[in-house]
Amino acid sequence: MLKILTQGVLVIALSLNVAFAFELKGSAAEKGLAIAQESERRNTGWQDSRATMKMTLKNKAGDTSERDISIKSLEVEDDGDKSLTVFNSPRDVKGTAFLSFSHAVTPDEQWLYLPALKRVKRIASKNKSGPFMGSEFAFEDLSSFEVEKYTYNYLGTEQVNGLDCYKSELTPAYKHSGYSKTIAWIDQEEFRIQKIEYYDRKKKLLKTQTFHDYKKYLDQFWRAHKMVMTNHQVGKSTELLWSDYQFRTGLNDKDFNKNSLKRAR
Amino acid sequence: MVERYAQWVTTHKWFVLLTTLIMIAAMGMGGKNLEFSSNYRAFFSEGNPQLAAFDLLQTTYTKTDNVFVVLAPESGDAFDRNTLEAVQFLTEKAWLLPYTTRVDSLSNYQHTTSEEDDLYVADLLEEFPDIDDTELKRLRNIATNEPLLIHRLISTNGAVTAVNATMYLPEKTQEEVPEVVTATRAMLDELRAAYPDIDFYVTGTIMLNNAFFESSMNDLATLIPLMFVIIIITLGLLLRSIAGTISSVIVIFASIFTALGIFGWIGWSMSGPAAAAPTIIVTIAVADCVHVLVTFLHGMRSGLNKQAAMRESLRVNFQPILITTVTTIIGFLSMNSSDVPLFRDLGNLVAFGVATAWLFSIYTLPALMMVMPVRVKAETTQSKQSLSWLSEFVIGNRNKLLYGTLFVSMFALALVPNNKINDEFVKYFDNSIEFRQHTDFVEANLSGIYTIDYSLHTDLESGIANPQFLADVQALTLWLRQQPEVIHVNTITDIFKRLNKNMHSDDQSWYKLPEDRELAAQYLLLYEMSLPYGLDLNNQIDINKTATRLTVTLKNIRSEHTLALEKRIADWIETNTSIKEFYAASPNIMFSHIGYRNATSMISGTLLAMALITIVLIIALRSVKLGLMSMIPNMLPIGIAFGLWTFINGDIGLSLATSVGMALGIVVDDTVHFLSKYLRAKREQNLSNEDAVRYAFSTVGVALWVTSFVLVAGFLVLSLSSFGMNADRGLMASMAIALALIIDFLFLPTLLLGKSKETSHA
Repeated sequence: MLKILTQGVLVIALSLNVAFAFELKGSAAEKGLAIAQESERRNTGWQDSRATMKMTLKNKAGDTSERDISIKSLEVEDDGDKSLTVFNSPRDVKGTAFLSFSHAVTPDEQWLYLPALKRVKRIASKNKSGPFMGSEFAFEDLSSFEVEKYTYNYLGTEQVNGLDCYKSELTPAYKHSGYSKTIAWIDQEEFRIQKIEYYDRKKKLLKTQTFHDYKKYLDQFWRAHKMVMTNHQVGKSTELLWSDYQFRTGLNDKDFNKNSLKRAR
Repeated sequence: MVERYAQWVTTHKWFVLLTTLIMIAAMGMGGKNLEFSSNYRAFFSEGNPQLAAFDLLQTTYTKTDNVFVVLAPESGDAFDRNTLEAVQFLTEKAWLLPYTTRVDSLSNYQHTTSEEDDLYVADLLEEFPDIDDTELKRLRNIATNEPLLIHRLISTNGAVTAVNATMYLPEKTQEEVPEVVTATRAMLDELRAAYPDIDFYVTGTIMLNNAFFESSMNDLATLIPLMFVIIIITLGLLLRSIAGTISSVIVIFASIFTALGIFGWIGWSMSGPAAAAPTIIVTIAVADCVHVLVTFLHGMRSGLNKQAAMRESLRVNFQPILITTVTTIIGFLSMNSSDVPLFRDLGNLVAFGVATAWLFSIYTLPALMMVMPVRVKAETTQSKQSLSWLSEFVIGNRNKLLYGTLFVSMFALALVPNNKINDEFVKYFDNSIEFRQHTDFVEANLSGIYTIDYSLHTDLESGIANPQFLADVQALTLWLRQQPEVIHVNTITDIFKRLNKNMHSDDQSWYKLPEDRELAAQYLLLYEMSLPYGLDLNNQIDINKTATRLTVTLKNIRSEHTLALEKRIADWIETNTSIKEFYAASPNIMFSHIGYRNATSMISGTLLAMALITIVLIIALRSVKLGLMSMIPNMLPIGIAFGLWTFINGDIGLSLATSVGMALGIVVDDTVHFLSKYLRAKREQNLSNEDAVRYAFSTVGVALWVTSFVLVAGFLVLSLSSFGMNADRGLMASMAIALALIIDFLFLPTLLLGKSKETSHA
């Protein structure tokens, strides 16, 4: 699952392609699609990655709670990516590992290894809209970006974080999505997502996610190192801090199956 | 001084009317700032500990404002295809209601099952309508055996089911509740049209808030017009003067308009209790007008011209009206000691109204009468004669009346302790209010609206997974379920038990708490991973997983029983569990406590009002003895009314506790008028006690009886309110005023007569 990576992510044009110029034309739907395709194109080819994440939850009373997680991801072409998440804290769930094959318009495949039970359990569910570890991030907010997940409608240009951005409306294709639509701002220079607004089923603004501290890896792939999700309806928020990114570490399919789940630490 | 004022006001009539208009316009403009409050929170002051606990609960977990829709199919079976389809349709529609953050129903209940190492998490009712009879049977079996659902979303016999929508109101404007209610009603209309064989009922805290709002709007829309009809008829009959009636109505309108305007300028908002204010102001304004007009018309009928008659009326009435205005204002201001902000608003609003009514009846009314054509016929003296008969009767039977009144009073006062403090918010509304009807149905057929939420704490992060803690919570749950007041207990331990069973291939023998702390924590993680948007556990577990919320749903029980149960639960937790830290909170808890807090806080306010009113009387009557003695006929009617209340209702709610000072401020008026005339006769004309009593009867007897009649009628109108707080206040006040008149006519003279005898012997 956790290919947050992709969400905050973009690729620089290959050095050979410096001259490549992105051009917007056609209907609003075509423009929106073109932006999404360009964004995905730039984030293709990173193969696999490892990273750690600190998640801080904040409730309306101002209480905070932290979770530490490490994540391995494997790029899968023409489908959602595979990810393996290991929970390092809180203490009681240390060693619990979660394997996810995300899919654009069908239910994700999910397995969880419970060290206390020493067993791998498959979770069969259509739900992607639930909160990840009690946070304001839903599963579907964290899984990898795939062009087929949405239909698009280009809305225009706007500045976000001081950058000129394309603004598009995205309508989820997955029937059980928790959202009626999202609005995404992608900067024009590097095609990195700068901000997303999530709208609930009654088309009211539910959450806003902002992306910060982008760094470039392998001279191509941009990753945001801080993401903040604010729930406007209930006044809670969650902050993700990413660190220790490594790319092309030699992971393959064998590192993302039920057996690898038990071994994961 | 008063003569010069009377001279001036009757000759500068146009100036007076113009300045009145300017005043009304300037003050009345504030009316545009008036807002209607539609939140039961407004009953609680910022420092209220139960409100603070409730706020903490809501910020630690999630808010619990809800719309609870119950479906009662005529078939008597919630598991027929038609009803299930309606449940599913309603579940989807409920998501579209404003501010919805969560919807719970039979159809979207996240049912978990397992096969070997696969955990299936899915909506209980998914693929509709492809559902056969075995599947229906299976559904019924699951639903009626699931502790999370039974008595909450499905009745034990499967006859009624419910959909619960949880809202998160931003509480930024007063429009939010009406907005949700409008959308809910539109949704229900659609459902009723689509499913004519199903009865729909709706309750929940949003509907409660709305009931406060709607009942006050009802009061304004129905009681005030009724009030005006009664006032106009009464005034017309009693004054027999069209000009007098029209002028009084103008004064009344001006008083209300201006008082509401001042209220708006200050920026306070209207609410259920404050909706009673216009009716009360009308009543009191009428009384002022009657005093001025009765003397005025009497003067004209005995041959004086308009100006002279008005000057005479102002001369004899100016001081008594001023005094009664001051005492009435003191009475209403005593509500400021209430623990309930809304009653402070009511008291202050009426106090403004009493002040403006005084101003307009003493300043504007005379000028109005000067410009109006006034025609009178020759005086008839019937009423005077009938009252002189009454004065002779009283003088002749003074001993019987004195002791008879004392005996009856003692009896009535002995009954007062039989009243009990009670604030059940459902019973604030009578059966004409939809909220009451629907809530009663829900309580009788499915679940309750009274809840107590417990926040149970551990001292460690992830502490709720601790087996000892879970065992404690489970023991508490089991004990609670045996308590006669309890309908349902919503607890995290039921989820742990179900997950443990699921993790062991749905083996029923594993339907028990996990015995290992890490295992429990990991189950929880697993379960959380599988839930959809809006059905997460944030409403039951805090973010650090150090505390959990346990919700107890109760039958409709009285406040004292709620408090006793709260105490019993707290004692049980302390004695039988190792849970160190916990607190209880809920609207029901808040209302149960407020009655007692309010009663306590009102005692000092009422005593202060009594003391101030006594001082005013002493000064006004220029006699310490008479001032003190006059408090007896003022306190007695209120005491007797509370005694009689035992037979009428027996519950003392918030509004009744704030009624004592108010009633005192009003009933004291009769005494003031009677005694001031009595003293005038004694001091100016050197009459004997008997003759002074006769004089008092003959001069103010009619006015007293007329004003009392108007006041009783006015408060009786208020007692028709569908909102119990206003209805109780109205009934109590009208009883007290009627009793006060009786006591002032039958008992006060005997006190004066007996009293003087002693002094003459001394």
